[in-house]
Amino acid sequence: MALLEIQNLHASVNGHEILKGLDLTVNAGEVHSIMGPNGSGKSTLAAVLARRETYEVTQGRVLFDGKDLLEMDPEEAACEGLFLAFQYPVEIPGISNAYFLRSAMNAVRKYHGEDELDAMDFLPLYKERMKLLEMDEQLMNRSVNEGFSGGEKKRNEILQMAMLEPKLAILDETDSGLDIDALRIVANGVNAMRSPKRGFLVITHYQRLLNYIAPDFVHVLVDGKIARSGGPELALELEAKGYGWAEENEQVLPA
Amino acid sequence: MSSSVDTIRSLAEQEYKWGFVTQIDEDRVPKGLNEDIIRLISARKNEPQFMLEWRLNALRHWFKMAREEGAPKWANLKIAPIDYQAISYYSAPKQRPKLESIEDVDPEILRTYEKLGIPLDEQKRLSGVAVDAVFDSVSVATTFKGKLAEMGVIFCSFSEAVQKHPELVKKYLGSVVPHTDNFYAALNAAVFTDGSFVYVPKGVRCPMELSTYFRINAAETGQFERTLIVADEGAYVSYLEGCTAPIRDENQLHAAVVELVALDNAQIKYSTVQNWYPGDKEGRGGIYNFVTKRGKCLGVNSKISWTQVETGSAITWKYPSCILQGDNSVGEFYSVALTNNRQQADTGTKMIHIGKNTRSTIVSKGISAGFGQNTYRGQVKILKSAVGARNYTQCDSLLIGDKCGAHTFPYIEVRNATARMEHEASTSKIGENQLFYLRQRGMKTEDAVSMIVNGFCKTVFKELPMEFAVEAQKLLGVSLEGSVG
Repeated sequence: MALLEIQNLHASVNGHEILKGLDLTVNAGEVHSIMGPNGSGKSTLAAVLARRETYEVTQGRVLFDGKDLLEMDPEEAACEGLFLAFQYPVEIPGISNAYFLRSAMNAVRKYHGEDELDAMDFLPLYKERMKLLEMDEQLMNRSVNEGFSGGEKKRNEILQMAMLEPKLAILDETDSGLDIDALRIVANGVNAMRSPKRGFLVITHYQRLLNYIAPDFVHVLVDGKIARSGGPELALELEAKGYGWAEENEQVLPA
Repeated sequence: MSSSVDTIRSLAEQEYKWGFVTQIDEDRVPKGLNEDIIRLISARKNEPQFMLEWRLNALRHWFKMAREEGAPKWANLKIAPIDYQAISYYSAPKQRPKLESIEDVDPEILRTYEKLGIPLDEQKRLSGVAVDAVFDSVSVATTFKGKLAEMGVIFCSFSEAVQKHPELVKKYLGSVVPHTDNFYAALNAAVFTDGSFVYVPKGVRCPMELSTYFRINAAETGQFERTLIVADEGAYVSYLEGCTAPIRDENQLHAAVVELVALDNAQIKYSTVQNWYPGDKEGRGGIYNFVTKRGKCLGVNSKISWTQVETGSAITWKYPSCILQGDNSVGEFYSVALTNNRQQADTGTKMIHIGKNTRSTIVSKGISAGFGQNTYRGQVKILKSAVGARNYTQCDSLLIGDKCGAHTFPYIEVRNATARMEHEASTSKIGENQLFYLRQRGMKTEDAVSMIVNGFCKTVFKELPMEFAVEAQKLLGVSLEGSVG
């Protein structure tokens, strides 16, 4: 059974159709990269999968680990193991990173009927994962994303992913705004999380990130549909030829 | 779209949890307000002559105010007219006349406090909180009295203080809030029936939190308690006040006065968690909370801190203030005020700088949800004598939904050029972005709202004693349920 199965997905925002019949299958253990020009629907796809309520699904179906994802609330999808690393992580003044993340983990544990983690269980793991992302331990007591640099915010997203250990991680342009060192650190974090049980959907604008996170599949999204799919070589070809090439040479994909 | 709205709506149905009525026999005076009623109350309480005269004086002044200008109208509040003759000014649980120990308290009242989670029972001494509980008009029990007495700390009901420590009462009563101060303070001075009294002697650090719990039970009564706290030279005391009331259709009046006096090097920390019945969703019923709270930093290096969490009442009219008379004295005001549904709050503080190098800090967090209207009104006054005075004011408003309102009225008056003033203000709205972020991490909508609001209030909550901070957080969560949509 596929981890994520998207069939003929149509979605709109404020009556404006953005996704126009998208098909995609992600199996556990695979890393898929979604590339595409601005406005092609990449971030909409991420938001719809994370069940953001301002996006309306008008057609199609999505199975997540065999369950109907489109029936789920954002929190339900999250508890079922879907994680979105935000393109613009939100600040929450007055709430420490450690408290926030432990609350999130406990919400997921509660959903699965497991005991809550206390600070003693949580902290050692948190510190260990912070090291992986080369983050200063001091950050755990600071308010969520408040006063963080762009790079710190993105690292914080990956740190949360590393702690929540989702089945499916969606990275929405995590590479945007990162310098080369931050990019490497974020990619290391993601690579450390690769596992036969976990799938990744890496949404990016540039091929650059894929030098660090080697995808198994690359898809090009154009005007709300997958225009081309291929292996890692497709990303290189895109980088060389531009998105215009992918649009003009739309493949007919096998159903 | 529907799911979060639905959750919120279902939560909105959650009612005020403290709204039960206790069935007890009451001893109450007839409705109405006149000199005979005052004499009756004073006689019931077996008061010395000076108290009766003090009350009558106040009553005459109140009548004059009522005739000439009526209740104050400057607050940003819509208040239905109050018929002061339709209220009974004294209601006491009927029982044995003298309460020497907890065993003497009506078991029905004890069960009420148990329901409210108040550790009245001395068996629960581990909680380390000494409690004075005021039920309607009288104080029903004061715990830990013996232990405190060993250190010379007086913590008792106001009635008892009048009987046993008349010299202290006479010296300090009305010294911070005179009966001429305002309409409700005059009313309180005339009719107040009980309250708490604390005296901490020289150099004593009160070893536990002192706490009063107020509850209005009877219908058609008001509650007019008066609290007086005196910290002698070098003394320290931390005091907490909590309040609830049953659900009733009509509005009930609560007009309390709190006076604090800090002598040289003394420190008083006064925390309030106010959860009077706020009225129903349409704004029927609820407590009118018109309270005058003021502290006087009389001595050098003295310090008074007010921390309040105001989640209840239909109307809150309250400005805990500090008169910074002693040189180097410090005044602080930390406030969280929440209005949901049809609640209205006009609250803030006054910091009057008189002494040299006096400092004040004001941190106000207003949260408005539903149709709630929340006003911050604060005055900082630097008198000519206050060389080197400093004030920092931070005033933040958080809006939930688009039918509520937040208003800020800062008044600043500086008569000494050496003063330093800082004022920061912000207004923000809980956004869909923030909620979605938290929900994407697995948290339910109501938990997400609660977390955002608690983060917003953090600088105030950290001023509360630990266990009360936890209570306040929970209370805020409950009061907010149903507010997003």
